[in-house]
Amino acid sequence: MSQFTDFRDPVAARKVLGRIAELAANQPHRKFMEICGGHTHSIYRHGLEELLPENVELVHGPGCPVCVIPMGRIDDAIHIASQPNVIFCCFGDMLRVPGGKSNLLEARAKGADIRIVYSPMDVLSIAEREPNRDVVFLAVGFETTTPSTAVTILEASRRKLENYFVMSNHIRIIPAIKAILDSKDLQLDGFIGPGHVGTVIGNHPYAFVASEYQKPLVTAGFEPLDILESVMRLLEQKSSGRCEVENQYTRAVKDGGNPRAIDVIERVFEIRPHFEWRGLGSIAQSALKLRAEFASFDAELRYQVPGVKIADPKACQCGEVLRGAIRPWECKVFGTACTPETPIGTCMVSSEGACAAYYNYGRYNKAPRIPVRVG
Amino acid sequence: MCVGIPARVVTINQDKMFSAIVDVEGVRREANVALLDDPNDPLREGDWVLLHVGFAMSKLDEAEAKSTLEFIRSLGSVYDEEVDALRGQNSA
Amino acid sequence: MKHEDSSRERLHSRIEEWRRRPMRLHDDVITSAHGAGGKASQALLNSIIFPAFEIVGAAMDGAVLKSDPGHDLVVTTDSFVVTPRRFPGGSIAKLAVNGSINDLAVMGATPRWMTVAFVIEEGFEIQELRELVAELARAAVDAGVSIVTGDTKVVGRGAADGIYVTTTGVGTRARSIKIDPANVRSGDSIIISGTLGDHGIAVLQARGELDITSNVTSDCAPLHTLVEALLTSGAETRWMRDPTRGGVASSLNELAMDTELGVRLNETSLPISRSVRGVCELLGLDPLYVANEGKLLAVVSSETAEMALEALKAHPLGRDSAVIGEMTSENPGIVVLETLFGGTRVVDMLVGDPLPRIC
Repeated sequence: MSQFTDFRDPVAARKVLGRIAELAANQPHRKFMEICGGHTHSIYRHGLEELLPENVELVHGPGCPVCVIPMGRIDDAIHIASQPNVIFCCFGDMLRVPGGKSNLLEARAKGADIRIVYSPMDVLSIAEREPNRDVVFLAVGFETTTPSTAVTILEASRRKLENYFVMSNHIRIIPAIKAILDSKDLQLDGFIGPGHVGTVIGNHPYAFVASEYQKPLVTAGFEPLDILESVMRLLEQKSSGRCEVENQYTRAVKDGGNPRAIDVIERVFEIRPHFEWRGLGSIAQSALKLRAEFASFDAELRYQVPGVKIADPKACQCGEVLRGAIRPWECKVFGTACTPETPIGTCMVSSEGACAAYYNYGRYNKAPRIPVRVG
Repeated sequence: MCVGIPARVVTINQDKMFSAIVDVEGVRREANVALLDDPNDPLREGDWVLLHVGFAMSKLDEAEAKSTLEFIRSLGSVYDEEVDALRGQNSA
Repeated sequence: MKHEDSSRERLHSRIEEWRRRPMRLHDDVITSAHGAGGKASQALLNSIIFPAFEIVGAAMDGAVLKSDPGHDLVVTTDSFVVTPRRFPGGSIAKLAVNGSINDLAVMGATPRWMTVAFVIEEGFEIQELRELVAELARAAVDAGVSIVTGDTKVVGRGAADGIYVTTTGVGTRARSIKIDPANVRSGDSIIISGTLGDHGIAVLQARGELDITSNVTSDCAPLHTLVEALLTSGAETRWMRDPTRGGVASSLNELAMDTELGVRLNETSLPISRSVRGVCELLGLDPLYVANEGKLLAVVSSETAEMALEALKAHPLGRDSAVIGEMTSENPGIVVLETLFGGTRVVDMLVGDPLPRIC
């Protein structure tokens, strides 16, 4: 059985859409937020939104770990990358995220040794191959990615590496969801829950969404059928007056998550009291830093980073997009001053950002699109 | 970044800790399987895993996958007209 | 003194005789001397370049080309900087020849002559240069193209990352051939001659940075005979392109903007090999944006699309040809993809460079 193509079966999709249509016909306007950037990407890539009834609206959330990195942190990263003798490693997405004045791509063009890696383990290999250079990894991601960084740090410790460092920007999903729920400008009817974070933390941490905030949440997989089934389940809950946390992604998410992954995060990281999120402000207990035991791997201790808080440009409405308060095309600079080539905000840069997803894939007849001329 | 894809375990590397070769549509890559190191449920060749940034995050349960698909496919008959009508509505 | 005079004469004539001998190349690696225009340069040319190519009029600065009556000359140029220099299915040499041939072919021209310019880094192994030049020559001969003139420069260590190659191709085209975006109409069919993204993925594979094992090979090939098959099939061909960097998506975006028409693609009809699909899924790449080096993208009238497909499929390079979409009057200037279940998404112009140094 091909795990890929079966969950993209168009015939099955039509059945789900049919059921969605039935359910939606008897309901008022519904706003469901997909929290995870991966869901946003999948929705747009497969053109799912326009297949839903008019009164079912998908709102895009802040679950894009690249999008929520504030400009000041990028400047810190550029500062480290520009130090002599540093090899700076990051995922491809990070290169064009705008800092205060520049980005990592420009820093590379100006001579910084910045390398794209696919896996945190690749950074270890580089560190071993280049014992005379300091190799720094820009760690980014929610709980989906954090265990991988943690395993890598433990391995670095085991191998007694002295030239390997991590700049941690790992963040936690639950405080982000709470921030959305506590936000005043949002009236949501339910959530499509983060499926891959769920494989790590399990499904039960989301329970408070239903029990404390009275909103249903369905933890979803990332294929089109997964997302459609989750929308269907949310509508069914609404229809029957239920408010529960469900798991649609049962093939990957167990209720208790992955105990080894949770454990390894605990061992290597501790929670920062506060962390600045782009567009969401400072959120308590929302991010991770290396424990004292692993201080020798902490890039922020080795390098004096400027640590300056930089306000987003006035024109930037990323915050409102990340909170789901406005849709990408409602941002005043969407598609004009802010495009994937000339991004003002992170939502337009990351492959999972709502603005990028919409601009790159989204319905062309919703907002006036200005075709890009190159060269 | 949340990119997590299903991959089939082809070989468990005996000579390297927590290492396996996985297959995605015939393409092979080494994956770190430390997060699936469970003595009560050891990883086996032929298992499917969810691969994210070179790490296996979770074992994919084939039975659950089958049952999810079966459930979806059992949803009544195809509401083609409904969907077409919706599409006509949306592009108006 | 007589004795002294004659021995001096003998000395002079011995020197002169030796001086007129063809320069021999004794070195293992390229040095700056080989680029200076002096004896070492001559040695390089005589030993490697001239024997491989049919350098017409080598003693002069240029080559004289004679076109046929009723034909126009078509010229194109391209630089090749691919790294690594060798990859499954090809090399920088094969690319350099076929790349320019293909630019001519999609103009409807028959490729006839080519120039080759090398910029070589000091320290480059002469043996590898010999091999690359031999491959260039072979690719040219296979395609019926003469390499008629060229240039070689040597730059300091680190300055050219090995070798950069620039080829300029010249072809002839009958005046009756009309390939022009202005001919494209709404409703026309869009055809691709085979699977997407093979070249880009093969090069990525060869770089070895991503630790992926796959069997993808570059599709690097000269397209002029495939184009001929299309143009003589009776199909009404409006426009052609060989989609290289930026993939099919980039070529179609250019087409949409040049014609002020829309493009509508069908996701289910895109031919993509299983391995390319696998690597793309693994790395989060979209095959629509990955480079090709041996594929023909053509717009033909919808009435003659079947005819065109038949002709292409009969050719060894076109077995996997398929109609992948059509020109529309909606969404002018924009490429739209109809997804697996009828949703749509925009396929925009590429931003940034997911795969640098692919060609």
